[in-house]
Amino acid sequence: MLIRVTDQELRTDEAVAAVASPRAGAIDVFLGVVRDNNLGREVGYLEYEAYPSMAERVMREIAEEAKERFGLEDCAVLHRTGRLEIGETSLLIAISSAHRSAAFEGGRWLVDAIKKQVPVWKKEVWGDGGAWIEGPESLGVQQAPAGVRE
Amino acid sequence: MQVKVLLFASVAEKAGVRKIQLDLERGDRVCDVRDRLLRAYPQLSPHVPTLMYALDEEYVREDALVPDGATLALIPPVSGG
Repeated sequence: MLIRVTDQELRTDEAVAAVASPRAGAIDVFLGVVRDNNLGREVGYLEYEAYPSMAERVMREIAEEAKERFGLEDCAVLHRTGRLEIGETSLLIAISSAHRSAAFEGGRWLVDAIKKQVPVWKKEVWGDGGAWIEGPESLGVQQAPAGVRE
Repeated sequence: MQVKVLLFASVAEKAGVRKIQLDLERGDRVCDVRDRLLRAYPQLSPHVPTLMYALDEEYVREDALVPDGATLALIPPVSGG
């Protein structure tokens, strides 16, 4: 399973090669890319920060769970950090499975879980300022993710 | 006992620091550490309602006991992807 937090460019071919398997009839690839606007505001670029060791650990836990839930062959989850320009890939996911439905459904679930649980933050930077996004997609304090230690 | 506290993103920016070493009483919980940090960095109090916590890279509740030598991370709402 390829899991990585990196400040280097994310490469789709690497992720696809990592999940390829003779048992897989489908490989689903998802790219999260930087867009030039958010909530009606123009975005110049994004700055991603992570708690890298924990982020990789949480990404691996989520990927293991996705494998189990959807019967996937393999997953690759890569998240980039640092300054990302419009159009660059911030999140790269590749999933292999015997049939396409598991790859599509598992991919959707995986992306949603990653956005809610992995300790990564984005800052939107525009002409004369910037702001950390603590968006509606993230968990509030009352909804700690599954697996919280008592 | 010694505990390392890590700050990220909005919280690190507001505090002006990313890493704090603390000497604590045995038996302290996550919320005790947080309250002590708030005394030193009162500007963090608006973040408290949405903060999550991780001890040694695992999410924990605020009443979790902090072991000696632990790393406690203050996790503002995540926004990766």
